[in-house]
Amino acid sequence: MQKAEQFPELQYRDLDQQREAAELGMWIFLTTELLLFGGLFISYAVYRHTYPEVFAEASRHLDTVIGTVNTGILIISSLGMALAVYGAQTAKRKRLLFGLIAAIVFGTAFMVLKGIEYYHHYLNAEFPGLRFDYSVPDAKGKQVFFFLYFAMTGLHAIHLTIGIVLVCIILYLAYRRRFSPDYYTPVENAVLYWHFVDIIWIFLFPLLYLIDVHK
Amino acid sequence: MNSEITLERPEIEPINYLNARHGIASWLLTTDHKRIALLYMISLTLMFFVGGFFAILIRLELLTPQGDLVTADTYNKLFTLHGLVMVFFFLIPSVPTVLGNFILPLMIGAKDLAFPRLNLLSWYLYLLGSAFIIWCLATGGLDTGWTFYAPLSTAFSNTQVIKGITGVFIVGFSSILTGLNFITTIHKLRAPGLTWFRLPLFVWTIYATSMIQVLGTPVLAISLTLIAVERVFRVGIFDPTLGGDPILFQHLFWFYSHPAVYIMILPGMGVVSEVIPTFARRPIFGYNFVAYSTFGIAFFSFLVWGHHMFVAGESMYAAMAFSVLSFAVAVPSAIKVFNWTATLYKGSISYDTPMLYSLGFIGLFTIGGMTGLFIASLGVNVHVHDTYFIIAHFHYIMVGGMVMAYFSGLHYWFPKISGRLYPEGWAKLAALIVFVGFNLTFFPQFVLGYMGMPRRYYAYPPEFQVLNVLSTAGASILGVGYILPLIYMIWAWKFGPKAGNNPWGATGLEWTTPSPPPEFNFDITPVVTEPPYNYPTVDDDE
Repeated sequence: MQKAEQFPELQYRDLDQQREAAELGMWIFLTTELLLFGGLFISYAVYRHTYPEVFAEASRHLDTVIGTVNTGILIISSLGMALAVYGAQTAKRKRLLFGLIAAIVFGTAFMVLKGIEYYHHYLNAEFPGLRFDYSVPDAKGKQVFFFLYFAMTGLHAIHLTIGIVLVCIILYLAYRRRFSPDYYTPVENAVLYWHFVDIIWIFLFPLLYLIDVHK
Repeated sequence: MNSEITLERPEIEPINYLNARHGIASWLLTTDHKRIALLYMISLTLMFFVGGFFAILIRLELLTPQGDLVTADTYNKLFTLHGLVMVFFFLIPSVPTVLGNFILPLMIGAKDLAFPRLNLLSWYLYLLGSAFIIWCLATGGLDTGWTFYAPLSTAFSNTQVIKGITGVFIVGFSSILTGLNFITTIHKLRAPGLTWFRLPLFVWTIYATSMIQVLGTPVLAISLTLIAVERVFRVGIFDPTLGGDPILFQHLFWFYSHPAVYIMILPGMGVVSEVIPTFARRPIFGYNFVAYSTFGIAFFSFLVWGHHMFVAGESMYAAMAFSVLSFAVAVPSAIKVFNWTATLYKGSISYDTPMLYSLGFIGLFTIGGMTGLFIASLGVNVHVHDTYFIIAHFHYIMVGGMVMAYFSGLHYWFPKISGRLYPEGWAKLAALIVFVGFNLTFFPQFVLGYMGMPRRYYAYPPEFQVLNVLSTAGASILGVGYILPLIYMIWAWKFGPKAGNNPWGATGLEWTTPSPPPEFNFDITPVVTEPPYNYPTVDDDE
């Protein structure tokens, strides 16, 4: 499936060095991303400490069913990405294309369900900034909870959208037979990014949805 | 085309990065790290003079006790924009993007940075961020202070907060991408034989700086985003009337902005660590300690942010911990100062301009650092908090330290960058003017602050006037000291004598290339077999 021989850019000795540099660059970028979310996670910790009961109560207004389904969907999409990079490494073109398409489909499904959730919060006046009912008891704490909910899941959704666009580009390149077991760095890096976005959700889900479900 | 036949051999300029390609597109679309460094140098110089212009207006207003030159509102905007432009658009990018971009690949024997296109993108992001700041300025300015404290910035200020925040947010990504590029380059593109402990110390400091940029800047980005969202949508994350906590913003802000101080100073320390051995003709004293202390500073820099908030409602125990940690950061800083000083011992010292600036750096940085210990003490801090003592302290670090180091590096590598020598006499004069002007500007502010003059006011009681007049006089001298290098460097770029490969007789791979370097730095990848700063010393037998 190799189209043409790849040459390293002039600052690199060989393709291996170029690939290592690209992957290291991606890991450093993900560290930056982690700290970007870190600011929100620390805010969450502070306010959950300030308003423990209100957070528990407000958490029950989130749709745990959709949240759980979405968690499953994201994990399956990650499987798709893992299959894709494995396909690229082993020159299995079908596996590569199929894995990428699966990731795009499941990623989009996640976004649709997330949109439905957001819409319900809007209808229930739980959307700070657009429509929020300040007359409920403990409105302040609830407002902060929903602000954080929208900030954290919103930032995650932006990242997922970027991820979907990215995977579409990778899919196009894969369709044009641009990858081979010798050169699949873009697939590898897209997979790293995709897994990162998933892991963020794995933390968001219990922190936001499952504060108080056992009662 | 010259069709005349001459017998004398015409002088042909060898092909280098400046004359290898022509036209405006060859600059604006370049991926050559050396050209990007020059693009940064030009844009940073512009922003430096924008920030300096605000400083001049501030000092002119403070010439007299009553507010007469500008209104109180305008004064608020002046010190906000001075801080914002100087911190985010000059000090943070200065040494890494100009000198780091140019010298780092040469120092490690690489043909370019790991991601040249990303490097160009960083410059465009810097330009875009600057454009937002200029837009903010042109449409009425910003009065929140460069710290954007909530809820002032989210609920009360009627100025162009969003444009200012957007500018800083964008330039933050420029900073992150530069850091990412440098870290990858240092890891992956070192020449064969160039092990970690053979690296010039400048590379170590750039590495540590990049780590802080990559880890700290995103926290600033998300905090500023939250400020923008809170302001635009009238929701509460920091506004106490809506359930938020304004102290949280201060924590988030200083979590980045204190390490940012070390983003500014560490590369300056790197420059000094290069210049001192060159002009003392000795290997640096205690190379390993200087290298480790770089990382010591970077590590502690993330643990001291709370010392900005001693009087802001932080708990007593948090304040005690932050105070102790702030004292701890003095240890690696002092190690550096001791090692530079010990390098001078028994050296054959020549007082060329880079050396003058570096020696100035050591003295002024020490004063800035020592006064930092005063204000890290909880009791003294309460007394001098938000006074001119603080202003004087951090200007000794930022201007006396960082800007001096930047000028030291500019003069040191100017022959390499331009291929020409600057006029040494004028340069020494300028260095002297900067040193005198700087001290005259900021030393009186220590006294003013200790006497109780608060910062951020445009009027003050008449008994403070003498010291303020001294400070303003110093600022005008300092201004002359900054304009002189601009003039003679532009002159020297055109008319200066040819520098040759290594005018200082320095060690380091960057001096093995022609000046200016060819487009791809090294025709043959160099192999390194020696430790850095391998100057022959007279006391080798001791």
